[in-house]
Order: sequence, then structure tokens, then C-alpha cells
Amino acid sequence: MTKRENDTITWETFNEGLWRENPVFVMLLGMCPVLAVTNSAINALAMGLATTFVLLASGTLISLLRRSIPKQVRIATYIVIIATFVTIVDYTIQAISLDLYNALGAFIQLIVVNCMILGRAEAYASRNRPLKAVTNALGMGIGFTFALLCLGVVREILGAGSLFGFDLFGPRFEPWVVMVLPPGGFLVLGAWLLLFEWLKQRKARTELEPAAET
Amino acid sequence: MSTPEGEVMKPATPAGPMIRTLMGIAMLSGFLVVLTYQLTKPIIEENQRRAIEAAVFQVIPGAVARQDFLIDDSGVVAVTPEGPSDGILIYAGYDNDGRLKGIAAKAAAQGYADMIHLLYGYDPACQCIRGIKVLKLAETPGLGDKIITDSDFVANFDALDATLSGDGKALAHDIVTVKHGTKQHAWEIDAISGATISSKAVGKALHQSANGILPKLIPHLDGLAERVVVNDESGD
Repeated sequence: MTKRENDTITWETFNEGLWRENPVFVMLLGMCPVLAVTNSAINALAMGLATTFVLLASGTLISLLRRSIPKQVRIATYIVIIATFVTIVDYTIQAISLDLYNALGAFIQLIVVNCMILGRAEAYASRNRPLKAVTNALGMGIGFTFALLCLGVVREILGAGSLFGFDLFGPRFEPWVVMVLPPGGFLVLGAWLLLFEWLKQRKARTELEPAAET
Repeated sequence: MSTPEGEVMKPATPAGPMIRTLMGIAMLSGFLVVLTYQLTKPIIEENQRRAIEAAVFQVIPGAVARQDFLIDDSGVVAVTPEGPSDGILIYAGYDNDGRLKGIAAKAAAQGYADMIHLLYGYDPACQCIRGIKVLKLAETPGLGDKIITDSDFVANFDALDATLSGDGKALAHDIVTVKHGTKQHAWEIDAISGATISSKAVGKALHQSANGILPKLIPHLDGLAERVVVNDESGD
């Protein structure tokens, strides 16, 4: 890569993942955990934090090693690095809580193949200074966690009548069970995408209108 | 292709750096994984031991101490660190005075998504199953996992009949799961409507395990009546 690296870290570096290119709501990456483990808010939060850790750690290491990794073996190297940190997360969650580990099931190991993480490694960490890569990874991680929480909170409230395990509506509430099942994931994701698209279009319209009137 | 004719295409990077990078990364990765494994191993084992222990005391009401036994064809032997290790593992629960309160054993059956593993407590006084605790399941959240949370379903195991037949070779009545609302006998389990497969799996697991263990266990029950302190378990 002969192009000079742009070293300045701006709010945009961070905000890219958080909002403008949110991995879930804008890029639609990593849909497998997004749909599968967001049946409760606590699962969504744990999954988001685990993914954020892997993003941060692998982004740092890849960014540090970016000049010494030959181009031909970069994908293999990235995958090994990502898998290492996923294994660390896997053991750590087992040590923190077996219940949480049982709830997240195979999806912890599947962080390895979350295309968002490999995508960040290839498109960002391998081309930027560690500090910048970390800032961006943190934004992406928080954006991903935020998106998972958006789904998890709605699905838990509608599908189980509780939030973070606390009962909200009392025993008379009839839970809308389909919401915690896989179809509920698609429905809620669709509703959020609709909302964000509507917000985006409204913003674009209000920016256009003054220009159109003159 | 921009290379002039006649010139031999050289790989952009020779093999050396590639092998060095991959080896270096693999070694670093191995080091980190082993380090984490070693650091978390005692905590994870402690967690698992505590999960089993808590489950044993949950399914045997009134138990405060436990002793592990193995059942094989010859009888029942207490588990010692250097003793034999084949046979079916059961956990006997004792109260403060060292009297037998019940036996806990593991059971498993195929549920909707994967095997459902559970622990159940058998009370020799009433010859019934006093409680179950799911150790591992992968059932649909909100449906199949109601076998843990549904209070009506859990109430099936307040006193689920597991009497042996006259000759002591099998259960007098098969433990069966019946359709929701049709439970009539003490050995029937009232299924959860909407989670019939998971409910049936629980019944099947209990029947298989109880039918296999109890006929071998009951003749030797006297041997378990008093708590034998084999190793240091009093600290729990």
C-alpha cells in the first residue's frame, strides 16, 4: 500500500460504526447472531460486549502487525487472530456464568465467522494506525451492541413481558411468544430498519426542501 | 499484465516471510489460548461443581450433605478417589443428622432441539420423584424452556409416583407424559400445551432412568441409609 495513511482521528472515525455505517442497521452484517441471540436483553448485551471485545483486540493486533503480514496470507492470519480472541471470550464467559454460556450457546464460537469482524480487519485495521483502528472498532462494537439491544429489548418486552429478567406487566400479561422465536427476530429487525430508513429519508427531505423553494 | 515479455514472474513475497508470519501468529495464538485455558480452568470447574451441587440439594428437599455412589451389577459402592469409576453415578442427600433424605440421579432424553439433560431427586420414603432440575437444554426459548419455568409443570414433580412393581424388576407404572389437562394418576406428567415434545422428553428421560436405576438401587438402599464419610465433604 503506497497510499499515505491519514492519521487524524475525528469524531467521524468513531461515529462511522456507531451510526453512519452501523453494522446492523446500515450494512446488515453479522445477521446470524443479530437474529438468533436477541430473544432477551441480557443475551443481546452479552453477545454485543463479547463481539466488541473481539473487534477491539483483533483490530489492535492486526493494526500493530499490519506491515509485517504478507498480503497473500492475510486472510488466514486474520482468522487465526480472531479465533484466538473468540476462544478467550468463550472461556471467560464460561468462567463468569454457566447460565449465560448455556443461553448464548454456539453463537459465541460463531463470532469467528461474523463477517463484520473480518470486514473491519480487512478494510480498516490493516490500513490504519492502532489508535485509529481501536477508535473505529470501539464505535463499531458499540454500534453493534446498541443494535442488538434495540432488538433484544423489544423482543423481550413483547415476547416475555419482562426486561433484563424483571417482570413488567404482572401475571395477567399474555406474552406474544412469536417474538422470542426466530420469526420475531425478522419482524423486529424489519420494523427497526423501517424506522431508520424513514428517519433517514425525512432528514434528506428537510435538507432538500429549503433548496427547492428558492 | 504489465510485466514485460521474457521476464520471469516473481512472486511479490517470497515464501519465507509468509511462513514466518503464520508460524509467529500460530504460536502467539496458542500461547494466548493456553494461558486463558489455564487461568479460567479452576473457575469453570468450580462453577460446574457448584451447579451440580446446587441441583442435588434442590431436587432432594431437606438435604444438606451429599455422598456420591456408583451403581453397577454387583451393587452400590461409595465413590472414592481411588475406587472404581464405571457404573451409574448417583448422589445421595443427607440431612443434618446424617439420615438419607433422597437420591439424585441424572436423566437425559431427546427434546425438540437437542438432548435435555436433567437431574431428579427420588425420595425412598414416598417412593416418588420429588423434584427435577434441568442441567442442560437447547429448547426453543419461550416454549420448550417452559419445562424449567412453568409452575404448573414443575408441580408435576412434587410427588411423582415411582413405585416398583411387586417383583421389584421394574416400575409398577410407566412414567408417562399425558396431554395437558388430562393427568389422572400420580405417575402421569401433565404436559405443557405448546411444548408437548419437551414435556414428553422429560417424561421419557425420567422413566428410562428411574426404570433402569431403581430396581438395582432399592435392594441396596439400607447400605445408603447412614452417611459414610469417605472423604472430606463436610466443608460444603
